[in-house]
Amino acid sequence: MQQSILITPSAGLDLQEDHDTRSTTLLGFWIYLMSDCILFAALFATYVVLSNAVAGGQTGRELFDLPYALVETFLLLVSSFTCGLATLAIPRGSKGGVVAWLAVTFLLGFAFIGMELYEFHGLIADGAGPDSSAFLTGFFTLVGTHGLHVTAGLVWVTVLMVLVVRNGLTETNETRLMCFSLFWHFLDIVWVGVFTTVYLWGVM
Amino acid sequence: MLGELTLSAIPYTNPIIMGGVGFMTVLVAAVLAMITWFGKWGYIWSEWLTSVDHKRLGVMYVILAQVMLLRGFIDAAMMRTQLALASADSPGYLPPEHYDQIFTAHGVIMIFFMAMPFIVGLMNFVVPLQIGARDVAFPYLNNLSFWLTAAGALLINMSLAIGSFARTGWLAYPPLSELAYSPDVGVDYYIWSLQIAGVGTLLFGVNMIATILKMRAPGMSLMRMPIFTWASLCTNVLIVAAFPVLTATLGMLALDRYLGMHFFTNDLGGNAMMYVNLIWTWGHPEVYILILPLFGVYSEVVATFSAKPLFGYNSIVYATVAITVLSFLVWVHHFFTMGAGGDVNAFFGITTMVISIPTGVKLFNWLFTMYRGRIRFATPMLWTVGFIITFTLGGMTGVLMSIPPADFVLHNSLFLVAHFHNVIIGGVVFGCFAGFAYWFPKATGFCLDERLGRWAFGCWFVGFYLAFMPLYVLGFLGMTRRLNHYDNPAWQPWLILAAVGAAVVLAGIVFQIAQLVVSIRKREENRDVTGDPWDGRTLEWATASPPPTYNFAELPVIRARDAWWRMKQEDIRREPTTFQPIHMPNNTGTGFFISAFSVALGFALVWHIWWLAIVAAAAIIGATIAHSWNADHGYNVPAEEVTRAEVRHFRQLVWQE
Repeated sequence: MQQSILITPSAGLDLQEDHDTRSTTLLGFWIYLMSDCILFAALFATYVVLSNAVAGGQTGRELFDLPYALVETFLLLVSSFTCGLATLAIPRGSKGGVVAWLAVTFLLGFAFIGMELYEFHGLIADGAGPDSSAFLTGFFTLVGTHGLHVTAGLVWVTVLMVLVVRNGLTETNETRLMCFSLFWHFLDIVWVGVFTTVYLWGVM
Repeated sequence: MLGELTLSAIPYTNPIIMGGVGFMTVLVAAVLAMITWFGKWGYIWSEWLTSVDHKRLGVMYVILAQVMLLRGFIDAAMMRTQLALASADSPGYLPPEHYDQIFTAHGVIMIFFMAMPFIVGLMNFVVPLQIGARDVAFPYLNNLSFWLTAAGALLINMSLAIGSFARTGWLAYPPLSELAYSPDVGVDYYIWSLQIAGVGTLLFGVNMIATILKMRAPGMSLMRMPIFTWASLCTNVLIVAAFPVLTATLGMLALDRYLGMHFFTNDLGGNAMMYVNLIWTWGHPEVYILILPLFGVYSEVVATFSAKPLFGYNSIVYATVAITVLSFLVWVHHFFTMGAGGDVNAFFGITTMVISIPTGVKLFNWLFTMYRGRIRFATPMLWTVGFIITFTLGGMTGVLMSIPPADFVLHNSLFLVAHFHNVIIGGVVFGCFAGFAYWFPKATGFCLDERLGRWAFGCWFVGFYLAFMPLYVLGFLGMTRRLNHYDNPAWQPWLILAAVGAAVVLAGIVFQIAQLVVSIRKREENRDVTGDPWDGRTLEWATASPPPTYNFAELPVIRARDAWWRMKQEDIRREPTTFQPIHMPNNTGTGFFISAFSVALGFALVWHIWWLAIVAAAAIIGATIAHSWNADHGYNVPAEEVTRAEVRHFRQLVWQE
C-alpha cells in the first residue's frame, strides 16, 4: 500500500515537472541571450565612437576586404540554416539526422573562425594590430568577441553531438539542442550587425 | 613560474596591513578549527556548501555580506580617524598610497560585496516563498552564482596580503587606472574580482526573472504578487540589462592593460570619457538595483506592522516600473562637468528630477499606510521609520545636485559624499537591516532580541547623522573628496565630529553582534513556533519557521493580494492528512569547484602566471561540461516525511492557541 503511494504518483509528478522545466529553461536562456545582446550593444557603441580615431594609421577603407567578409557572412548564414535542419530532425526522432546536420554546422562555423583568424593574422602582419589605434582596438574587440562566442558555440555543439550519440534524443538533450539553436541564430544576427556596421560602413 | 609574483609582494613592512592580515587569518583559522573540533565538516559540505536550496543560499549570501560589512567598516573607520588627525602639520598615520587603497577598497567592498550580496540574499530567501514556489528556476545555477560572488570577495581580500589594491577610487576611471599610471597589480585585482562576482550576479538575475515569471503558485497573477517580489522582478531586469555593460567595460580596461589596446588611453585615439559614460550606464541602474529591493522590504514591513494592506498597491508597482525605465536615462548626472554642453546637461538634469517623482510617490504610500494603522514599533519598523526620514533628506540633496550649475560647484566635494551615503546608508543599509530583522525568524526559527535591536538602531541612526551631516558642511566649505591631508584648520572640528559619528556607528555594530550572540543563546525563549511571528500578510509566513526544504507541502492557491492574510481571515487551516511525495533537486559541488578555479584564474591573471591561467580556464570549462554530462534527475521527498513535518507544524500552531 505504502509502496504504491510512494511510486505511482511520483512518476506522474516527474512528467509534469519535466514539462515545466523545458519552457522555464528556454525562457531563462532567452533572458541570458538578451543580456549578451546588451554586451554586444556596448561593444558596437564603443566601436562606432572610436571608428574615426585611426590616429594617423590605416582606415577601414584601406584595410577591409568586403568580398572576403561576404564569404564569411555566407558561411555563417548557411550554418544557421543547417542548424535549423538539425532542429527539424528532432521531431522526426532522427538521431542520425540531428548529429549529421550538427556536424555540418560545426564545419561551417569552424571555417568561419578559420577565415576570421586568417584575416586577423593578415592585419597584424600588416602592422594594423589591435594596439596600433583606437579604431583597430574597437574593431578587434567587437569582431573578436563575436568570434569567441562562435568558438564557444563550436565547443558546445561538439559536446551536444557526443551527448546525443551517447544518450539519444532525450527530453534534456532536446532542450539543450533548442537552446543551442537559439544561441547560434543569435550569433548570426549579431554578425549581420557586424558586417553592416564594420565592413559595409567601413569601406563606404 | 610564478609570473610577476615575488616575496616582495607581501607588504610585511607595513604594520597596519600585517595586523589586518593577521587578524583575518586568526579569525578564519578559529572558524575552521571550530568546525573541525565539532566534527562538522561533513555536515557543512553536504548541507550548506553544496546546497542548491534557495533558503540556505540566501542565508550564506547574507553571512557573506555581514562579514564584508565589517571589513568595509574598518576601512571607513580608518579614513575617519585619519582625517580627524591629518590637519596642517600632522600627516596622520596613513600615507597617501595606503589611504588611496583604503577608500577604493571601502567603496568596492561596500557596494559589490556588502550591499549586493545582502539584497541578493534577501531576494533569494524570500521571493520563492512569497510566490509559493518550492525553489528557484535553476537551483544549480543559484549555487554557482553564490560561489562566484564569494570567489570575487576572496580575491579582493587576497589583495590585502599579496600585492596591493587599486588606488583609483571605486570606479577606476582611466587614464589613472591605465597601465601607464597604475603599473602595479591593484587595478588587476579590482578588474578580476569584479568580473568574477559580476558573472555570478548576472546569472542570479537570469535565474530570478525566470523564477518569478514561471513559478508563481496557481492564481498569483502579476498584480497579486507581493511588492517585494515586484521590486525583485524589476531589480533583476535591471541586473540583466546593466551588468553586461559592466562586464564589457571592465573587459575593455583589461584589454588596455594586458594587450596594449587603446580604448581609454591618452594616446592613439583612446577616449577616457567613454569609460566614464560606459561605467555609469551600468552604475546608475546599479543604484536602483541596490535600492529597489529595499523599497520592497519597507513596503512589506510597513504593511505588516501597521496591520493594514499597503496603501496604493498599483501606484507602487507603476512607480517601481517607472524607476526601472528611468534609471537608464540619468547617467550623465554623475559627470555634468564632462562638458557635454548645456542641452545634454539640461536633459539629464530634468530626467534626474523626474525620477524623484516615483520615489516620492512611494514615500507617500508608506506614510498613508501607517496613517490610522495599528502600528507596532518592532525593530524592522524602527529601521523603516528611520529610513523614511533619512532617505527623504538624502533625496532632497540629490535633487539639489541635479541642477547642472549647482553640480558644477558641488561636484566631487564632500557634499556629494554626504549625499550618496545619506541615501545608501539611510536607504540600502537600513533596509537590509529591516529585512534581516523581519525575516530572521523565518530563516532560523527564532526572533532576534528586541532590546539590543533597538540599541543598535539608535546608535546607527544617531551615528549616521553625526558622521555625515558634517560632511555636507565641509562640502560647502570647499573640501573635496579623497583627500588624506588638509591644511585648512576650519575643517578639523567638523572632521572630528564625523569621526565621533563613526564611533557611534561602531557601537551600533557592536550591539548588532551582541544581539546575534544573545539571540542565539536565548533561542528557546524567542522561538517562533507558528511560522508567523509578526502576523504577516504574504505567503512566506504560511509555512513553518524555518521552512522545510520543499517550502510548501501543497502549492497554495491564491485568490487575492496579501494571500496569507486572506487565508487567515477565512481560517482555511485543517489537520493535514496525506501528501504526495515532492520532487526536489540534488545538491552539487560543481559550483564550488568552478568558483575555486575562478579564484585561481583571477589570481593567475593578476600576477601574469600564464600557465596557471590556462590550466584554471580549462578546468572551468571541463567542470561545466562534466556537469552537463550527468543531468540531475533530482530525488523525491517521501510522502510520510512530508506528512510528519506538516502534522508537527500544525500541532505546534494549535498548541500555541
